[in-house]
Amino acid sequence: MSMPQVRIEKRLNQRRWLMVAVPVGSFLVALVLIAILLVTTGHPPVSTFRRLFDAGYLADGALTSTLIAATPLAFTGLAAAAAFRMRLFNIGAEGQLYFGAIGAAGIALFLHGQSTVVLIAAMIAAGAALGAAWGAIPGLLRAFLNTNEIITSLMLNYVAALFLNYLIFDSLSYWRDTSPAARVFPQGKVLPDAATWPVSTLGSIGIPFGFLLAAAVAVGIWFLYTRTRFGFEAQVIGDSPRAARYAGMRTRRKIVAIMALSGGVAGVGGASQIGDFRHVLDVKGMEQASYGYAGIVVAALARYNPFAVVLVAVLLGGLQNAGYALQGADFPSGLVGVMQGLILFAMLGGELLVQYRVTLSRRVPLASLEAEAAG
Amino acid sequence: MNNSIVVVILASAVAYGTPLLYAALGELLAERSGVLNLGVEGMMLIGAVMGFLAVQRVGGAAGLVLPAAIAVAALAGAAAALILAFLVITLRANQIVSGLALTILAGAAGLSSYIGNDFDLSTDPARYSFAPVNAFGLQDVPIVGPIVFGQNWLVYASWLCVVAVSLYLSRTRPGLNVRAVGEAPAAADAMGISVTKYRYLHTLAGGAFAGVGGACYSLAITPQWQDGLTSGAGWIAIALVIFAFWRADLCLVGAYVFGAFSALPFTLQARGVTVAPELFQALPYLMTIVVLVIVSSGIAKRRLSAPASLGVPYVREER
Repeated sequence: MSMPQVRIEKRLNQRRWLMVAVPVGSFLVALVLIAILLVTTGHPPVSTFRRLFDAGYLADGALTSTLIAATPLAFTGLAAAAAFRMRLFNIGAEGQLYFGAIGAAGIALFLHGQSTVVLIAAMIAAGAALGAAWGAIPGLLRAFLNTNEIITSLMLNYVAALFLNYLIFDSLSYWRDTSPAARVFPQGKVLPDAATWPVSTLGSIGIPFGFLLAAAVAVGIWFLYTRTRFGFEAQVIGDSPRAARYAGMRTRRKIVAIMALSGGVAGVGGASQIGDFRHVLDVKGMEQASYGYAGIVVAALARYNPFAVVLVAVLLGGLQNAGYALQGADFPSGLVGVMQGLILFAMLGGELLVQYRVTLSRRVPLASLEAEAAG
Repeated sequence: MNNSIVVVILASAVAYGTPLLYAALGELLAERSGVLNLGVEGMMLIGAVMGFLAVQRVGGAAGLVLPAAIAVAALAGAAAALILAFLVITLRANQIVSGLALTILAGAAGLSSYIGNDFDLSTDPARYSFAPVNAFGLQDVPIVGPIVFGQNWLVYASWLCVVAVSLYLSRTRPGLNVRAVGEAPAAADAMGISVTKYRYLHTLAGGAFAGVGGACYSLAITPQWQDGLTSGAGWIAIALVIFAFWRADLCLVGAYVFGAFSALPFTLQARGVTVAPELFQALPYLMTIVVLVIVSSGIAKRRLSAPASLGVPYVREER
C-alpha cells in the first residue's frame, strides 16, 4: 500500500515557456468554470461569451467606451504596482482617487474662465497633490510608527468616501450645486466646458487624454524603477530591509515618497475621471465603480509590470464596459464580477506552476521498506 | 423611559452591531491562525443571498426554515472561504490579492448579484424573518429591557458565540494550538500541530461566521434581498478585529460601538436633530487607525498586537 503524495518544490530556474503557457491556461480554466456556472443556471455559454466579447471590443464604438472604462483602472493599477515594487501594499487607491477628483474639480471650478491648457495642467497638478497627500498618511505612519499600511490605507478609503459624501450631500460646500434647480437631489456643480479633456482619435477609436497620460505614467514608473538610483534603492528596501539598512539607504523617506507617488498616480486618475468623463464631482458614480480595488486586481494580473498594467486595464475595461452595455433582464447580472474574480483566482493559482514544481510521489510505508531489507 | 434617546440608540447599536460581531468573530478565528482574509464582504454577501434563497424556497414552518437558512448561510460562507483557503494555504498565493479577488468574485457585482438575479430574489420581502423576542418577559424592564431582552434570536446566539470563541481561544487545547499556528507556525509544526489543517479549519469557520453575519441583514435587519445590501460591513469587520486587539470579548464591545456610530445619526434625525451622518460614521475608521498605531508601537506591541505570522504563507521547506 502506498499513498500518492503531492510535493511542491521551488523551481531553481524558471521555464520561459511556462511564463506564457500558464497565464493562457489559467485564463482558459477560468472560462471553463464560468461556462459551467452558465450552463448550470440555464444560460447559453457560447452566445453569452460572444455577446460579451462583441460589446467589449468588436461592436461600433465599443473600443472607445472600453478605453474610457480602462483609463481609471490603468491609473489605480499603476498606483498599486508602483507601491508593490517596494513591497508596500497601498490598497488606498480608492480614497486617493476620490481626493484627486475633489482637487481637480475644485481647481477647475476655481479657475473658471481660464483656457483649457491652464485648466488641464491645474487639474492634473491638484489631483496629483491631493492624492499624494492622502497616500502619504499611511506612508508616514508606516515609516515612523511602523503601522501596517494595508489596514490604514484601507480605513482611509472609508474616510475619503464619507468626506466625498459630506461635500455633496450634507454640506453647502464649494463643490455642491446650490442653485434652486438642484435642491431636489443634491449634486455637484458642473465644471466649465474648458475643463473637458480632449479626445484624440485613431481611426474610429476615441482615445481619452487620460489614457495617454496613464501610458506616460507607466513609462515614468518603468524608468524610475529600472533606470534611477532612487528606484533601485526602493526595490532593495522592499526586498531586503536589512541589506538596505547596512548599505546606508534612507528607508523612511523612501517609504513616504513611494506611498505619496502611488497616491499621486491614483489622484491623477481621479482628475481624469472628472476631466475625461464625469465633469462633475459625481459621488455615487465613483463609489459604485470602485476603481481602487479593481486596480489592485489589474496590477496583480500584470505582475506589477507598468506596461502590462495598461494592457490588462484595457482587457478588464472591455469586460466592465460590456457589463454596462449588456445590463438588462436577459443578461445575467453580476457575471462580469464573477469573471474577473475567477480569472484572477485562476491566474493566482497558475502562478504556483511558474514558481514551483508540483510532483506526485509515492510515499513508501516504513513497513514495506523493512520487509524489503529483511527479504 | 424606554423611549428615551439613549435607550433607543443603544438598542439599535446592538441590532446593527450584530452582523459586524459575527463577521468579526469569524475574521478573528482566521487571523489567529495566520490567514488575513480580506474577502469578508464577499463571504457575507454570499451568506446573505443563500440564506435568503433558503427562506424563500424551503417549505415548512418558520421555526424550522429560519435555522435551516442560517445553516445554509454558514455553509455558503464557508464554501466561499474554501476557495480562498485553497489558494493562500495550499497554493501560497498572496493573501491580500486573493481576499480582494474573493470580494470581487462573490460581492455586490459578482456571484451574490448573479444568484439574486437568477432566482429573482429582490422582488419579494423575506417569507419569514427573525423578529424581536421578548426574552424571559423582561422587555419592559426599564433601560436594560429593550437593549438586552428585546432583541432577536440572532443577537442572543451571537452572545453565546462570543463566549464560545473566547473560551475556545483561551481555555482549550485546539484554541491554544491555533494561536501557536498564528504566532510561530514553524514551532507549532515541530510540536506536531498540522499548520495546514488548522489554517484550513479556521479560515472555513471564519467564512461560516461571515455568512451568518450576512444573513443577519437579509433575514433580520432589512429583511429582503438587494445587491450589495451589506454595504461595506465586511470591511468594517476587518477593522473591528484590530480595534478589538484580536480578542473575542472586545469584538463585542467594538461591534456595538461601531453599530452605535452608524445608528446614531439616523436616530438623531428622526428626533429632529440634524447632524452630518458622515462625521459620526468616519469616527470608527479613524479610531481604528489610532488603535492600530498604538498597537504597533512600542510598549503595547507584545501584548496587544496582531498574530506574528499573519499574512505569511507557511512553507515547511523554507523555514
